[in-house]
Amino acid sequence: MLKISALHKSYRIGETSLHVLKGIDLSVEAGEMVAIMGSSGSGKSTLLNIIGMLDVADSGEYILDGLPIDNLTEKKAAVYRNKFLGFIFQSFNLINYKNALENVALPLYYQGLKRKKRQELGMFYLEKVGLADWAHHLPKELSGGQKQRVAIARALAANPKLLLADEPTGALDTTTSYEIMEFIQQLNDEGKTILMVTHERDIANMCKRIVRLRDGVIMEDKIVTQVRAGQHV
Amino acid sequence: MFDIDLWREIFQSINKNRTRSLLSGFTVAFAILLFTILFGIANGLENTFKEAFGTDANNSIVIFPGRTTKAHKGLQAGRRIQFKNEDHDFVLDKFGDKVQYITSKVNRNVVASFKNEKNSYQLRAVHPEYMFIENNKVREGRYINQNDLKHKTKVAVIGRIVNDQLFRKVDAVGKYINLSGIPYKVVGVFTDDEGDNEERVIYIPITTAQQVYGNNDFIDFMHLTYNPEMNNDQALSFGTLITKSLKERFSVARSDQRAIRVHNMAQGTKQVDMLTSGLTLIILVIGFGTLIAGIVGVSNIMIFIVKERTKEIGIRKALGASPKSIVSIILVESVLITAIAGYVGLLIGVGVLEWVGPSLKDYFITDPGVSNRLVIGATITLILAGAIAGYLPAKKASKIKPIIALRND
Repeated sequence: MLKISALHKSYRIGETSLHVLKGIDLSVEAGEMVAIMGSSGSGKSTLLNIIGMLDVADSGEYILDGLPIDNLTEKKAAVYRNKFLGFIFQSFNLINYKNALENVALPLYYQGLKRKKRQELGMFYLEKVGLADWAHHLPKELSGGQKQRVAIARALAANPKLLLADEPTGALDTTTSYEIMEFIQQLNDEGKTILMVTHERDIANMCKRIVRLRDGVIMEDKIVTQVRAGQHV
Repeated sequence: MFDIDLWREIFQSINKNRTRSLLSGFTVAFAILLFTILFGIANGLENTFKEAFGTDANNSIVIFPGRTTKAHKGLQAGRRIQFKNEDHDFVLDKFGDKVQYITSKVNRNVVASFKNEKNSYQLRAVHPEYMFIENNKVREGRYINQNDLKHKTKVAVIGRIVNDQLFRKVDAVGKYINLSGIPYKVVGVFTDDEGDNEERVIYIPITTAQQVYGNNDFIDFMHLTYNPEMNNDQALSFGTLITKSLKERFSVARSDQRAIRVHNMAQGTKQVDMLTSGLTLIILVIGFGTLIAGIVGVSNIMIFIVKERTKEIGIRKALGASPKSIVSIILVESVLITAIAGYVGLLIGVGVLEWVGPSLKDYFITDPGVSNRLVIGATITLILAGAIAGYLPAKKASKIKPIIALRND
């Protein structure tokens, strides 16, 4: 599904350069649910951004679903992101003047689907996250958990191969976090490959595999017994 | 390609930010409003000038004889110059290719009477070509013709006012009018759109006048129009050339300003042309200045909008928006705001001109307004202006990196 080898990335900060990723090797199979953990500054977000094609590595290899990702032009990156990836963010990142349905349908707009088809698919995914009744509400009228579910529906709308979640529960209280995690687990059960960055141990334990990063290298990479979020709710 | 979804996106964005869109449009609307009103006023001034010149041929040259003020070639100063038929022929022979129409004139004041009605009018004895120089319209009957000249017939063509005053309800054509004791047959009635004074005139053949008033071949002055294909400078030098050759013909010193006087309309036309084109230039400069200020205003606000929407643009990019789609959103929004605002300004401007136009007549502004061509031109300019205003901000927007836009802080 995903294969990364000898990935390096450094940022220039004024005169000095900050070496963030110092040779990452990682491969993820289809159907996996991986948590990337690490303290802040460990490079976990940078890694996720490179996987999400929001950022470019300095050197190293990145193959996504058999497709080598290099020499990305903005246009190509946009097409790949739209086709292969779904993003879930800590702060939801919904467009505030669009209602839930319009937000969910936006990736489909960039796929060039007809409006009617977009509405149909959008409603389908909103139903899937249990928010069909809220389709015509603006984000500000939704609770945090509802917003994240709209964001998940949006990430699913384009039917991506890989779901990338950056601290998906970071802005939510514990109960809501577990609800969201339960939902993400359910998606994984249905076969979606999921990669998430988190620094919360209980959330990480709800994944099937934990990759621990420290100072730009992988410290630990282990398969864990998944804790079902449903048990906590 | 007309992309309905793109427009939906843009209308949504404009609609959500009405105040902001209104503000950014305001400068453009104001610029176009100002431009329209200024342009309308300039047109009004030009119309006033045109009206003042009437429909007289504006390519005419009038040559008056006078008295010499300088002794020359053994001739004394104070000598009176008298034009004759041969001088008319001389001008026609020498400058035939540059002359469109030429007439000689003898002017008198006459008392004209028909039955019991009596009044004094100006009598102009002319060649048939005079009709074209004065731009007279024959309302009834005919004008003076070559046959009249040849046979020195006693015929008269009378102005509309003369007709109304002397003949009242009688049909004048075919009747005899008494001019200072001599009866003339009225062959036509003419009108002149220059006003009443030009219609208080009676025309007779010049040869008839020469016979009646002294049995000579004297001419009071000559009136000609130059070939309309000549430009202003050519016309001016033509005027100088006529003056020079007539001065030689009459042995007048070159520096003598009184003996032969030439009044060339090209001089006035040139001044008016320069005045109006100068005015137009000033207005264009002011108009474009304000328009540029408007563009800068829109551009500024669009840059602010892009900054404000950085996060949204980042989200769109993360969801797969191509740089092109981001550029078109900003660009089309800018064009739309500029074009609509500009059009509102234009409509208000035209409305104001229509409204106050009639009351500006006292200020030398006649019928101010803007032409359809200007409106179309302005529309194209506005769309271009919107594109220019939106270009930099759109470029900026397309360069936004999603990872920076999506940072949590």
